[in-house]
Amino acid sequence: MLRLIAQRLGLGLLTLLAASVLIFAGTEILPGDLASAVLQNTATPESLAEMRKELGLDRPAAVRYVEWLGNAAVGDFGRSLASHRDVVEEIAPRLRNTLFLASYAALVAVPLAVALGLMAAIWQGGVYDRAVNFVTLLTISVPEYLVGYILIKYLSVHLGWFPSLANVTPDTPLVQRIGLTFLPMLTLVLVVVAHMMRMTRASVLQIMASPYIEMAFLKGLPKWRVVVRHAFPNALAPIINVIALDLAYLIVGVVIVEAVFVYPGLGQLMVDAVSKHDVPVVQACGLIFAGAFILLNLIADMAAILSNPRLRHPR
Amino acid sequence: MSERRAGEDILRVEGLRVEVRTDRGPGPVLVDDVSFSLRRGEVIGLIGESGAGKSTIGLTALGYTRNGCFITGGRIDFEGRDIRQMSAAERRALRGPGVAYIAQSAAASFNPAMTLFEQICEIPVLHGVMAAAEAKTEAIRLFRELDLPEPEKFGNRYPHQVSGGQLQRAMAAMAMAARPDILVFDEPTTALDVTTQVEVLAAFRTLIREHRTAAIYITHDLAVVAQIADHIMVLRFGKMVEYGPAAQILAAPREDYTRRLVADRVAGHDFRALRTVGEPPLLRVSNVVASYRSLLRVIDDVSVEVSRGDTVAVVGESGSGKSTLARVIIGLLPRESGDIRFRGESLPPQLARRSKDQLRRIQMIYQMPDVALNPNQTLLEIIGRPVQFYFGRPRAEVRARVLELLRMMDLPEAFIARKPAELSGGQKQRVGIARALAAEPDLIICDEVTSALDQLVGEEILRLLKRLQDELGIAYLFITHDLGTVRRIANKVAVMLKGRLVAGGDTATVFAPPYHPYTELLLSSVPEMRRDWLDEVLARRGETLKAVRDAQIRLAS
Repeated sequence: MLRLIAQRLGLGLLTLLAASVLIFAGTEILPGDLASAVLQNTATPESLAEMRKELGLDRPAAVRYVEWLGNAAVGDFGRSLASHRDVVEEIAPRLRNTLFLASYAALVAVPLAVALGLMAAIWQGGVYDRAVNFVTLLTISVPEYLVGYILIKYLSVHLGWFPSLANVTPDTPLVQRIGLTFLPMLTLVLVVVAHMMRMTRASVLQIMASPYIEMAFLKGLPKWRVVVRHAFPNALAPIINVIALDLAYLIVGVVIVEAVFVYPGLGQLMVDAVSKHDVPVVQACGLIFAGAFILLNLIADMAAILSNPRLRHPR
Repeated sequence: MSERRAGEDILRVEGLRVEVRTDRGPGPVLVDDVSFSLRRGEVIGLIGESGAGKSTIGLTALGYTRNGCFITGGRIDFEGRDIRQMSAAERRALRGPGVAYIAQSAAASFNPAMTLFEQICEIPVLHGVMAAAEAKTEAIRLFRELDLPEPEKFGNRYPHQVSGGQLQRAMAAMAMAARPDILVFDEPTTALDVTTQVEVLAAFRTLIREHRTAAIYITHDLAVVAQIADHIMVLRFGKMVEYGPAAQILAAPREDYTRRLVADRVAGHDFRALRTVGEPPLLRVSNVVASYRSLLRVIDDVSVEVSRGDTVAVVGESGSGKSTLARVIIGLLPRESGDIRFRGESLPPQLARRSKDQLRRIQMIYQMPDVALNPNQTLLEIIGRPVQFYFGRPRAEVRARVLELLRMMDLPEAFIARKPAELSGGQKQRVGIARALAAEPDLIICDEVTSALDQLVGEEILRLLKRLQDELGIAYLFITHDLGTVRRIANKVAVMLKGRLVAGGDTATVFAPPYHPYTELLLSSVPEMRRDWLDEVLARRGETLKAVRDAQIRLAS
């Protein structure tokens, strides 16, 4: 089993490496380069050449890639062109905000989705099952910005329960932060809960056809216990994988929700950086997103492996 | 059982009827007008082929029907109360402490994600019969009673960490956990090796006797039920054929169908091949060694010869390497050393390096026709493929040949457009045989071809194979664990134990004293119809097992 895990780790690192190549290549082919971005209006062919030489841009791309990757590996992402601050300093508070919102949403969404899915499996085909399927299908089909605006209209404008702007600062206390980010969290939860709930329901129901489930019923166990205790542990692997994908979305894909609620997250920063040609920031954000995606999938893979009792308890 | 308290029917089934109901209306009737009663400490054997409704009846005793099936008539009284009138909660309370179930495949019926203790103690604890600690003590006591290894720690294992025979006994422990009044055994030894079956059967019998539990014992094997049942009910197509005391059913069956079941088991027909002498052997396997990726040798120094018109049986328990031997001959698993000569020339170890002609001349028939036939193809495609592949015949000729093969298999010509799902198990196996014959082979390897079929259907398949051999002179290599069949069909036999050949030669010689100890163990484990058979086997068992161990030690050194 250790070998299996080591193998996954190696594959994960390889994927990250491939992603870094793509990110570097992507920023390379953006129109205009660092030198023209720095000089902007004052650029003349001579000054551009001078600047490129100064920044080392006249060297081949492969050399610069290796240098960039080497620096990134020790946590040095260079300086932002827009603010002239260290990229790490620039990113750190934003990353913290993104991770906060993602964990907040995950803490609500994952248990909720699993519970809803298990209940749908227990009352399969009943009114509850159909209703929860319909509602989650609805929330998954409506674009997230619309969900966000609808929530703002009713829960914020009409009822005034929650603020519509999630303008947190680094020194906002936790309790206040939870209140401020409630609506963006709810928006994200509504978007991701459907996936996880449906996968929980589907994979539990698939297991429900197994002979050992019939045996559990023949032992006189109540249905909730059969579903929760006998079917669910055997249905974990596919559920874990969907959870990982949704968690990755919570980190990587929330830029629209951030925009709706004016939340200072990493997605916003990356979009700003792209429009400003702030290449080092774009690259750093890209690498963090790729890393988060790969790491979560890696954890899901290992958790799925560990959920198999044959591997956890060898003969 | 000798001591019985009269008039104490614990279960009384009257006029039971179970039907399938689908959205499109009523389906087939699975059980029709079945009645029987069961007293404390008494065992009733339900016997019949698949589709006879045995399992369905067994499950109704727990107030349970499978998806789409409904009890539509009759009564099932448990201690005087009709199970059909019980509420869902009352029925749940019945399952476990009242009636408990032991399934055919313990491997499939234990939850892979829970330890044995968790699964066994669950019943008494959830039904409020015992506290957790008491339930565990009880489980350990049952493990000890059932001869399971390390009873204190056995329950900490997961199902996959336990052997098949042990798991089947663990399932009996699970069923007994809440001290039920009735046990329903549903083909509990069918999936086991003969040698394991003896031990499990003995454990079950002791358990029933010691606890004076009533039992419904479901099986297709009359000889098994003869060892354990007081009464026997013979079922066919959901109806009672005959119901009476075990001794009467076995010794003096009244109905023709019962007589056929009994007769096939007692006498059997002789399908043995007539050996043609003088020719060099068709297939000569010499000192072959093979292993899977591990270091463990699965086949070790095995030699077998098959001549034209021969039927050579390879026998042994699961894990003895007999199926691997087939894979090595076919070329699916390349041999490591030794030689395989076919028609005088050495066969390349790998499948890919064999010529089309070599491939054509050795064909295979599989244990499970369900899995071996492509469900999306028609019989024309399935049987026509080898005709086209090996002989490159035009379409019209392929069709004509497939029709001819269907006729040879006693299958209607109209089947040519059908798909496997529309056929019965026996018919599917005939298609498998037709596909093998389509290549016009010299040798057919039959891998447990009758073990997934009902007794009488399997008998017909053997008859068909024998007829084809007489007509076409094909040689068979017959891989099986069923020694009764071997004795009747094979003129030569090879006995395998843990990848080695322990005995081989003419069936008459190998299966007659003096036996190799392992051959004796296998032979003595085949259930016989005599009611005292199990006691006799158990009396001699210790000695036989010791002799096998000694022989194994000699082999290894």
